Amino acid sequence: MKIHEYQAKEIFKKYGLPVPNDVLCHSVEEVEKAMAKKDGMVVVKAQVLVGGRGKAGGVKLAKSKQEAIDAASQILGMDIKGLTVEKILLADAVDIEKEFYVGLINDRNTKSVTLMASAEGGVEIEEVAKNTPELIHKFPIDPLNGLLDFQAREIGMQLFGDVKLARKAAGILQKLYTLFVETDATIAEINPLVLTPDHKIWAIDGKMNFDDNALYRQPKIEAMREADEDELKEIDAHEKGLSYVKLDGNIGCMVNGAGLAMATMDMIKLYGGEPANFLDIGGSSNPQKVVDAMNILISDKNVNAVMINIFGGITRCDDVARGLIEALDTIQSDMPIVVRLSGTNADEGLALLKEKGLPTVQTMSEAAKKAIELSQVQKS
Amino acid sequence: MSILVNKDTKLLVQGITGRDGRFHAGRMKEYGTNIVAGTSPGKGGQVVDGVPVFDTVAEAVKKTGANTSIIFVPAAFAADAILEASYAGIELVIAISEGVPIQDMIRVTAIIQRNGTKLIGPNCPGLITPDEALVGILPGMIFKKGNIGLMSRSGTLTYEVVNMLTMSDMGQSTVVGIGGDPVAGLYYIDLLEMYENDPETEAVVLIGEIGGDAEEQAAEYIAKHMTKPVVSFIAGQTAPPGKRMGHAGAIISSGSGTAEEKIKAFAKANVPVAKEPSEIPGLLKEKLAKINA
Repeated sequence: MKIHEYQAKEIFKKYGLPVPNDVLCHSVEEVEKAMAKKDGMVVVKAQVLVGGRGKAGGVKLAKSKQEAIDAASQILGMDIKGLTVEKILLADAVDIEKEFYVGLINDRNTKSVTLMASAEGGVEIEEVAKNTPELIHKFPIDPLNGLLDFQAREIGMQLFGDVKLARKAAGILQKLYTLFVETDATIAEINPLVLTPDHKIWAIDGKMNFDDNALYRQPKIEAMREADEDELKEIDAHEKGLSYVKLDGNIGCMVNGAGLAMATMDMIKLYGGEPANFLDIGGSSNPQKVVDAMNILISDKNVNAVMINIFGGITRCDDVARGLIEALDTIQSDMPIVVRLSGTNADEGLALLKEKGLPTVQTMSEAAKKAIELSQVQKS
Repeated sequence: MSILVNKDTKLLVQGITGRDGRFHAGRMKEYGTNIVAGTSPGKGGQVVDGVPVFDTVAEAVKKTGANTSIIFVPAAFAADAILEASYAGIELVIAISEGVPIQDMIRVTAIIQRNGTKLIGPNCPGLITPDEALVGILPGMIFKKGNIGLMSRSGTLTYEVVNMLTMSDMGQSTVVGIGGDPVAGLYYIDLLEMYENDPETEAVVLIGEIGGDAEEQAAEYIAKHMTKPVVSFIAGQTAPPGKRMGHAGAIISSGSGTAEEKIKAFAKANVPVAKEPSEIPGLLKEKLAKINA
């Protein structure tokens, strides 16, 4: 789960990280009001859940109230990578002597929370990682000890090269680690972490993502969720026991199992079609799941054919077929469908479906070809 | 031989009185797995399907000599269940539970490593050594005893491939579902080493998917250390970046973890990558023919 910069900064502040004062605004009027209480420069920042705001013109420095109002009226309503800016953050500007990067992630290889730090802050860290990986220092943190004082100081020293600053930085790193673990984060990033000419350190930008599996014990984090239309569909599907991700193609897929669902999408592409989605209905023959899944696929206006791909394991294919038939009878849609059943009792299952007049096939490749063919008939 | 589980496996089922635990314990027993005990706090003394139930893992181990455990408890309690098994001296723990928080697994893997416990999963279908032991939720009837080792991050995709192997008369030594989570127990390299040392395994199938770089690391390991042939399949070539594809670990983040990178790494290591799952038996036959020629 992703959150906005202003929300990440709220968490940062709660854990005592140094964040410049800021105000969240939804309109130019709110900016006008907020600026009445401010003197000095502010940064006007678009709040959208994608990276690259700066490049898109979504971040502007304002030296006066009027400049802030002008910037706000330009940025509010702006389109950044398909998202409309509805909120902006007015943050007090600070003088920058040098910019750093610090971030925490869960590292699969070391099976630990890993701190990444770089003296090359302010730019997109993915670029640094790709082009000059040697400039990013990585420190796996022992989960049984946490980030120890001396370790944090050492990292601070590597970044700032000054004992006093290293101590300050150490406190920031330890707080960042604590909030990362306590909020079940998957990313907690300060980029840039800024050093001012008078040797103060500020977290100027913040990014946080969270572990979906841990949201059950993080109600405050979950309450921060702002889902877009596609994500709402994904969340709704999740509540029905389905796992759904929308894509841009026209062939809807309904599959049991995540790996097989991905392989099904790949197969459609391999044979020249475009998959409309990822959809894993899980392991049972429950007709309600098929009904829910079918409704999701039909609600996607791009979809003009559906490929159902089921491997019957413990749930035998004849049970799966009965569930499918019951579900399709309930829906009464004229969406062209091809069903592929394989595994335990596949022949019995296929016979049942044939009786119902449903196009059935036995292999994934045949199913993909047939689905593409059906979608082309629909188009013409 | 085979790896990890066999006729000598003495299995304990943690969460045996729950719906899933009870159902799958029955199926594993039917397959011939030696289930010696179950646990469920507060239900000690009961008998489920002929299996004695204990309150704690420690007690079950003491009374029955269980050496392997399978966990069916809800995700929120999975970390504690794994640790309970580890501290009770269980050698191999298989965690089926789906949805375990990453921070829990980071803490758990650090502790069990210290204790010397092996873990498979979480969020996995378990493993099987055909005709000897089924420890998981895999459909036993599609497997056949033989010489192909197979490991995979996915469930049904594994069954799909196994079914094709069995129908091509290529039996399996041990098939392991390592699970779809980003932080998990035994992974490709650990298992590759076991397959390489297992006299019963002649060749290995590696089924990977997007997210992380375990496949790339496996490719490097194969090039350096494996004498047995390995073939692979990677799912998720059409997956969009930044979206979790069902499995918590199946996500392309910041442009890394793509199928393309993994396929490239395997090509470099001379590991054939099937364009679709149905090509796997053919690729294996080619590789094996070369060796036996």
